[in-house]
Amino acid sequence: MRRAFGYAVLLVGAVCYLGPFVIQLVTTFKTDADAVANPLSLVPDPFSTASYERVATDPSVEVPRWLANSVLVTLCVTFGRLLVDAMAGYALARLRWPGRKLVFSGVLALAAVPAVVLLIPKFLLLRQFSMYNSYLGMILPLITDAIGIFLLKQAFEQVPREVEEAARIDGAGVVRTWWNVVLPMVRPALATLAVLAFQNSWNEFAHFLVSTSDSRYETLTLGLARLVSGALGEGQQLPLKLTIALVSTIPVAVVFLLAQRHFIRNQLGGAVKG
Amino acid sequence: MTAEENVTNAALVTSGETNATLGTQRRRGRWGRGSAGSGRTGAGVSAKRGEAVAGWLFAAPGIALLATFVLLPMLLALWVSVLDWDGTYSPLSGRAPVVGLDNYAALLTEDGLARRDFALSVRNTFYFVVISVPVQTALALGLAMVVHNRTLRGRGFFRAAFYFPSVTSAVAISVVFLFLFSGSGAINAVLGFFGIDGPTWFADPRGVVHELLGALGLVDPSAPPEWLSGTRLWGLTLWEWLSGPSVAMSAVTLLMIWTTSGNFMLIFLAALQNLPEDVLEAADVDGTTRWQRLTKVTVPMLMPTVFVVLTMGLIGSWQVFDQIYVMGQGNPAKTTLTPAYLSYQRSFAEGSYGLGAAIAFLLFAIIVVLTWAQRRLLRDGRTS
Repeated sequence: MRRAFGYAVLLVGAVCYLGPFVIQLVTTFKTDADAVANPLSLVPDPFSTASYERVATDPSVEVPRWLANSVLVTLCVTFGRLLVDAMAGYALARLRWPGRKLVFSGVLALAAVPAVVLLIPKFLLLRQFSMYNSYLGMILPLITDAIGIFLLKQAFEQVPREVEEAARIDGAGVVRTWWNVVLPMVRPALATLAVLAFQNSWNEFAHFLVSTSDSRYETLTLGLARLVSGALGEGQQLPLKLTIALVSTIPVAVVFLLAQRHFIRNQLGGAVKG
Repeated sequence: MTAEENVTNAALVTSGETNATLGTQRRRGRWGRGSAGSGRTGAGVSAKRGEAVAGWLFAAPGIALLATFVLLPMLLALWVSVLDWDGTYSPLSGRAPVVGLDNYAALLTEDGLARRDFALSVRNTFYFVVISVPVQTALALGLAMVVHNRTLRGRGFFRAAFYFPSVTSAVAISVVFLFLFSGSGAINAVLGFFGIDGPTWFADPRGVVHELLGALGLVDPSAPPEWLSGTRLWGLTLWEWLSGPSVAMSAVTLLMIWTTSGNFMLIFLAALQNLPEDVLEAADVDGTTRWQRLTKVTVPMLMPTVFVVLTMGLIGSWQVFDQIYVMGQGNPAKTTLTPAYLSYQRSFAEGSYGLGAAIAFLLFAIIVVLTWAQRRLLRDGRTS
């Protein structure tokens, strides 16, 4: 009896956490009038795929372009971060070079700067360097990732030193030792970082808002946010907006389901000695 | 707040320990090199030089990016924050007048719209943080304890369900909440079942504490007494400071709690899994009840994690921006204005880049000071 009550409470909790997504999904198949009149109903009446047709073809919302921009930026940021962080992390963990300690302290200090504080400063810099309104200006600042360097440095430190020494004795140089021997051994950390970078750059909004003004560069998040905030009036094109929101949620949902253990490991890894 | 920001903060919190790790690595490294290089000193020296070059080359891209996109922007913004610059030409050209600390003074000491708006944004965010941080921490701890229970069926499902909202984008989620919390939306439909006539949420600027005081009959919100409406503190009246979050900001707060609790749940879950089994078993042997075990053993052992989560929540909540852009843009009646959004608005909508940059630095200062104060407070609490 007590146990059944416990499960009932837990199910209500799960409904609170997943319910909004269910309502979102159902509403994307409603007409505008139905969405406003019956916000809670789980059966669209009439059933309509109009918002999906508009997402695919309507030139006024440009979802295909937003999607392409999101994909491009996300791929570049994810691979860029993996490469840059793996190089810097290795240098900090295993190579001995003058200034290493200083650089590491610098990385830690810069990691503490809150992202939102950097918004206006990044805009000023991109304008100064003529990178405002360019893919370069959207991508490079997002590749910059002190935390990723820190995480991979920790991972490289777990690799037994003997492995590297054996490779060196076999005549492998630093680059080959790193690429062929050490990098494969930190694959789990790389996977975690990749998932994190993907989620982070796919969901990014504020940086694109301050690094572009031209609608050619709009990503899903930016295009959707401008669409919604431009017409705040209640009940206007709700199914369309929710459909675009759904399109931007699906990729992270898929990655989440496929790579759940990496999401969770990232928390386990980052947490927590206190 | 994104997962990455959480890792940021966890990383910082554990950085003390990392420095210790670095120390042992270096000692081991020295030992290793000595044994390999002995007998071949010449080769050892050139290998050492080669490694130094390789080290710099490997680190160079990361260093260059951090210098260009974190360090330089901060310096440039610091310079812009002492200019009266409208964004039309390069701030380094010398054509924008240097106004010294005027921008900061306009925000902190001079009576005027700039200071009033900044004070409002700090008030709004203060109430937002004071509610969301403790609630999301407690909720996350509760959820973690539930899904940690080994006898629970469908643990994986519940864990995924509670965590899922925190992996999705703040913009997409905000759009969904805008729909759920609209005047004729799902939330009000649910409230209607219970005979409650819901508010218009994102269009409702009434302060929750004001309404509460009114409902208790203590103060009439439409005519507050003179000592409250007449006393001014940093540009706002005492009555304005006492507003509490507006109804609109409360909906944003709910969204924040809903998205971050799953994320923090995972951190608590990790901590729970790392608890020493023998202590828990000893408690069982001693014949404690489940409630005693929870309050006397488990929770005290989780306190370090609670402190970390509180700090991370504090840092993340003060930065709220995406949700505000989508859900309110500071409206209604500036009650969802936050420092981050105000900084953006001053710069981009009004061209007052100096003022916008100054707000960004003041926000940075607020976060640093509060984080420091909280850690100090909690550390004192821990040792006593």
